[in-house]
Amino acid sequence: MKKKLLLWGGAGLALLLLSIIISLSMGSAHIPIGDVWSIIWHSMTDWLTGAGDDAGASPYQQIVMQVRFPRVVLAVLVGAALSIAGAGFQGVLRNPLADSYTLGVASGSSLGAAFMITFGMPYILLSSWTIPIAAFCTGLISLFIVMRLASINGKFRTETMILAGVVVQAFFGAIVSLLIALSDSLMNSIVFWLMGSLQLRGWPHVLLLIPYVSVGGLVMLGLARTLNLFSLGERQAMHLGVNVDRTKKTVLIIGTLISAAAVSVSGTIGFVGLVTPHLMRLLVGPDYRLVLPLSAIYGGIYVLWADTIARVALSPTELPLGVVTAFIGAPFFAWLLIRHKRKGEEAG
Amino acid sequence: MSDRLQQSEPILAAEKVSKTLGKQRVLSDVNLALRKGECFGIIGPNGSGKSTLIKLLSGADAPDAGRITFRSQLMSAYSKKQLARSIAVLQQEVLPPIGFTVREVVETGRYPYQNWLGEEQGDVVPIINGILSELDLQSLSGRPIERLSGGERQRVALAKAAAQQPELLMLDEPTTYLDIGYQQQMMEYIRDWQRRAGMTVVAVLHDLNLAALYCDRIMVLHRGKVIITGTAGEVLSAELLEQVYGVRPTIVTHPLHGVPQILLQGSVEPVWRLKRTEGAG
Repeated sequence: MKKKLLLWGGAGLALLLLSIIISLSMGSAHIPIGDVWSIIWHSMTDWLTGAGDDAGASPYQQIVMQVRFPRVVLAVLVGAALSIAGAGFQGVLRNPLADSYTLGVASGSSLGAAFMITFGMPYILLSSWTIPIAAFCTGLISLFIVMRLASINGKFRTETMILAGVVVQAFFGAIVSLLIALSDSLMNSIVFWLMGSLQLRGWPHVLLLIPYVSVGGLVMLGLARTLNLFSLGERQAMHLGVNVDRTKKTVLIIGTLISAAAVSVSGTIGFVGLVTPHLMRLLVGPDYRLVLPLSAIYGGIYVLWADTIARVALSPTELPLGVVTAFIGAPFFAWLLIRHKRKGEEAG
Repeated sequence: MSDRLQQSEPILAAEKVSKTLGKQRVLSDVNLALRKGECFGIIGPNGSGKSTLIKLLSGADAPDAGRITFRSQLMSAYSKKQLARSIAVLQQEVLPPIGFTVREVVETGRYPYQNWLGEEQGDVVPIINGILSELDLQSLSGRPIERLSGGERQRVALAKAAAQQPELLMLDEPTTYLDIGYQQQMMEYIRDWQRRAGMTVVAVLHDLNLAALYCDRIMVLHRGKVIITGTAGEVLSAELLEQVYGVRPTIVTHPLHGVPQILLQGSVEPVWRLKRTEGAG
């Protein structure tokens, strides 16, 4: 177990670091990798010693440190967040289709964002944070609705969770469409938000996400062993001493917090939470002590490259990030399905 | 040793336990007291409340009325982990195909003994190895459980229960999906383990002949009520079975063990026309 974690985790971190450096050099202004390295190095030492200020910074340094770097870090955090949440949801619900989309959390966030874009008056109150905060709140509300829909006598049923999520997703999606239809002049900004983007995000957004991803990720990691027991079945887990209801609620709420935080800054980005954990299971097996941390790392790499493609492919026009992740994720998921089917045929 | 004291006190007791699921009363006024070290069988037709009773006795669910005590304390006084250190449950469902190896599944039985980091005082490896070799699973230990037969998987489930080192083992129709070879093997192993460890066993069994062979006492449930509790010889009479199951079998004595065994009569008369009421679940 530890050997696998070191191997795949080490490889993942190295790949992540390499990806960050390469991504930083790519863009409308190409900056050689060596320069990127020295810019980061100097900025770090300056920051640590308290010397130097932005006024004396070169344009390259500004591009790297103020534009690209926060965006790259944000992409990694969003990828990690969605993947951790997806892995947790899949584990606790024992359903390979569970992620923040199928559970309705993402569409809840979309509704909040669309609402704020349409009736934009509270912009004054919270300035640029209005949309993230609204998206976050409605994401939580939608999970609450899904949990209520799926519960009978105070205990919520795993089997009905996804069903309830799909219902909520469809309904909220319809409301969002209605908002788009009613406000055609603002259509572009809602649609663009729905397709996901990390354009024009800065360090404050990174700072917003860090506590959710780190604390939430640690809590989730602490539950990894319990999630392993869940895969044996809820009743088996209970007879092994797991407080099944409490664990389910904890994982669902933590997963929702993490993914709502991510979606609130990035807009809706599909397939990350669905695909990454499955890929990790393929690589290292079903043990959540491996699947969770590795999902975080490789999910970060996934979104980082998706975002790099989004901003570089048709530069200076940006592609919507959600479109890129879906273009990569959907075929991959289809491949997983076919593979699974073949395996089933062989076994049968 | 306080063994004497414990022997006079039942290890697990149910007093006037009732349970309603939805609108249906599944159990009413069930009383039972388990003696330490015995094998206690629960039999009854489909829908008689056996599985519900096992859920209550194992602490998976709480009764609506009455009380269940484990070592003279209410079930609710124990934490889930405390219960899991004392009570193991073997279900009839086979383990799902989840990609874990035999050894990994057996190791999950140690969960109630681990702290939040997954560590445990003392060396677990010899415990696990011992259990694997006793159940003849050593050669399979590295294999994913989806590549095992149903009988092998159930043996893995039993090994997981053994890793919990329980003082009370509950079996919820554990032999349902097994052929007679595995059925006997499993029951023999459980009896051997029970005697070795002084463990108490509660077994819900469909197969009355297995119950007669392996249980010290048998309780008959019918429509949520206890009809009779006693030894196989006291309980398994043609009259009682006809009353409960709606068919009248022939009862013979086992030539080796002297316990009653049941022979179905076959279609001498159209037995399905006999009145028989069934509950749900």
